[in-house]
Amino acid sequence: MSTGTGGSTGGTGARRSRRARAFGLRTRLLLAFLLVAAVSAGTTAALTYREARNAVLQTAQDTAVTSFRDQVQQTAFALPVQGGDDLDALLRDIARRGKPHPWVVFAEYGSVRASSGENAESTVITPELRRAARADPHGSFERVVKDGVPYLTIAMPMVFKTGPYSLVPSGLVLYAVMRMTDEQVNVDALLMAARDGALPGLAVALIPGLIAARSVLRPVRELREAARSMGSGRLDTRIPVRGSDELADLAHTFNESAAQLDHSVRELRDAEARARRFASDVSHELRTPLAGMLAVTEVLDEDADHLDADTARAVRLVSAETGKLAVLVEDLMEISRFDARAAELNADEVDVAETIRKTLDNRHWTDTRIRTELPDGIRARLDPRRFDLVIANLVGNALRHGGAPVTVRLRTEASSEGRAVLVTEVTDSGPGIRPEALPHIFDRFYKADAARTRSAGSGLGLAITLENVKLHGGTIRAGNLPGSGAVFTVEIPLHAEEAGG
Amino acid sequence: MSRVLLIEDDPSVREGVELGLRRRGHEVRAAATGEAGLAAMAEFRPDLLLLDLMLPGMNGVQVCRRVRERSQLPIIMLTARGDDFDVVIGLEAGADDYIVKPARTEVIEARIRAVLRRLDDGGAGRPDIEVHGELTIDRVGLTVAKAGRPLALAPSELKLLLHLSAAPEQVFSRQQLLEHVWDHSYHGDARLVDACVARLRGKIEDQVGSPRYVQTLRGFGYRFGPL
Repeated sequence: MSTGTGGSTGGTGARRSRRARAFGLRTRLLLAFLLVAAVSAGTTAALTYREARNAVLQTAQDTAVTSFRDQVQQTAFALPVQGGDDLDALLRDIARRGKPHPWVVFAEYGSVRASSGENAESTVITPELRRAARADPHGSFERVVKDGVPYLTIAMPMVFKTGPYSLVPSGLVLYAVMRMTDEQVNVDALLMAARDGALPGLAVALIPGLIAARSVLRPVRELREAARSMGSGRLDTRIPVRGSDELADLAHTFNESAAQLDHSVRELRDAEARARRFASDVSHELRTPLAGMLAVTEVLDEDADHLDADTARAVRLVSAETGKLAVLVEDLMEISRFDARAAELNADEVDVAETIRKTLDNRHWTDTRIRTELPDGIRARLDPRRFDLVIANLVGNALRHGGAPVTVRLRTEASSEGRAVLVTEVTDSGPGIRPEALPHIFDRFYKADAARTRSAGSGLGLAITLENVKLHGGTIRAGNLPGSGAVFTVEIPLHAEEAGG
Repeated sequence: MSRVLLIEDDPSVREGVELGLRRRGHEVRAAATGEAGLAAMAEFRPDLLLLDLMLPGMNGVQVCRRVRERSQLPIIMLTARGDDFDVVIGLEAGADDYIVKPARTEVIEARIRAVLRRLDDGGAGRPDIEVHGELTIDRVGLTVAKAGRPLALAPSELKLLLHLSAAPEQVFSRQQLLEHVWDHSYHGDARLVDACVARLRGKIEDQVGSPRYVQTLRGFGYRFGPL
């Protein structure tokens, strides 16, 4: 009951949830109900038991004491008392008339010991009783439990009545020892009755406990499911508000917060969509004039030779920059399509080594600057155009920013989930990537070399590469080799699910 | 050099492409609308149609269909990448190839030459006229007949059929077909092949659903037969 929410120190999630469940609200509510029921039933039973037990024992004991006193007073003893058969017979006579049960009578007088039973001296009578018997001439009694058997022991001193109010002890003390077995049985029955009454009471207390737990837990469960649903992106999740208790307030607050969150997220998304649409629109609009310009750059290049030097330089500049602008606009369009999730994967099952070789051949990267380790026979579902862009971009970057020789390595591996993945590695022999640049290397327009104001490419190459790899369901990472040189590792599932195709 | 009919509504693209191609020795007739382009066809008798997909009035796909109704003129679409839907529709309407704008003149010319090129390598050593089932393929006359009835095949369809039937039962990947039939790079758009196969099947197969002549080998590519 004092463990609180529990599990705050738990290790794994599973362990935490199990602990949370073990000391969850339901358990705690039930325990509280049981405790209250147990305390009330226990107290009632204990009080009843005590009163009834006292009543039973009191009756038996009063009867016994009174009866014994009468017996003793009616019996005449010859003083001084001598041990012997006469005394034993006298004692047996008293013993026979025991009420409510037969008792064993013992007599003690100085060193004389006699009894109605087999032993002359009782093992049940305690020194306290003997002391009390000498102190009180009217007799004393004591309840003793010996070897699990309850006894009532009564001490009755013989007295001489010297006046109406004065008594002189004669020195003879009679003791009666009576087994209280019947009374014990009655008391035990009482205890059983109290227990039998309390246990069903506890069981019955579980029912309101369960009902109360349910009434609290249902809104809590609804809240949990709603929160989970919100977390997974369904921001229009609301919970029904029932009644007007604290839980209803909570549900109401949840709904209000959800509505506000929904509103904010929608505004953000709208703003983002507008920004993306703007980028896409701009690239679209740029493309049409570029199409006209790009078609005539050759005319400019060819005729530049016949122009005067300044005009020729200007014309060549326009021609060259038109080409770069076309690449930039094309890359912007590509990024816009990824952002708008309009990029399609036209996957085909291909021989990967052949695909990479074609990429290198098409760009005339066939000299000694490029080394390849491309085992034959690896087939994978890839979008050949996109995979070509990935490899071309990585090799192009390695040649431009790293240094020859550049190595392209291909292999298959089992991923941590046991699925086969295609691993393509492009390493260069340059100085590597600065550690502080590594986390941003796939960012748009990120310049790893701050001194270079404009990269040779559009600045979007690695960002597009990342998107193309992700579209294949794969991952890409950049790092440095222990010696020198950068390494880019592309991992793509060998057999992506058909949805991509 | 070839006679190129260019249908393009944007003046700068129209002028730029016309200028670039003319510089390379092609005879170019430019039209701003599909209607004007169709009107010029009979009189200009082009070797090839360069067709923008986004046209005011009658759009490029409609022009493409209209042209295919009566002739097997090679058609290259001009498109912007990202207008993927239009590309597929255009290819289904019967276009032989497409070019993504903006493009350099050398790229446009390379595509024109590829589409106009006669396929002459595949059939070496094979008889001029072959009969495969109901199909009669004349490699010299470049005609195909089914059960004696001549079929009107667009240039890309004819080249694909000649290439596949030159090596019956051999499987060609879509990348290989892009290289050999379209002169595209290995990494070109495989939808070109799929669209062309679909059109070809529509003309030569009895049941397009279970093709007999051009068969698909899932995960590998296409093959001719076995019949």
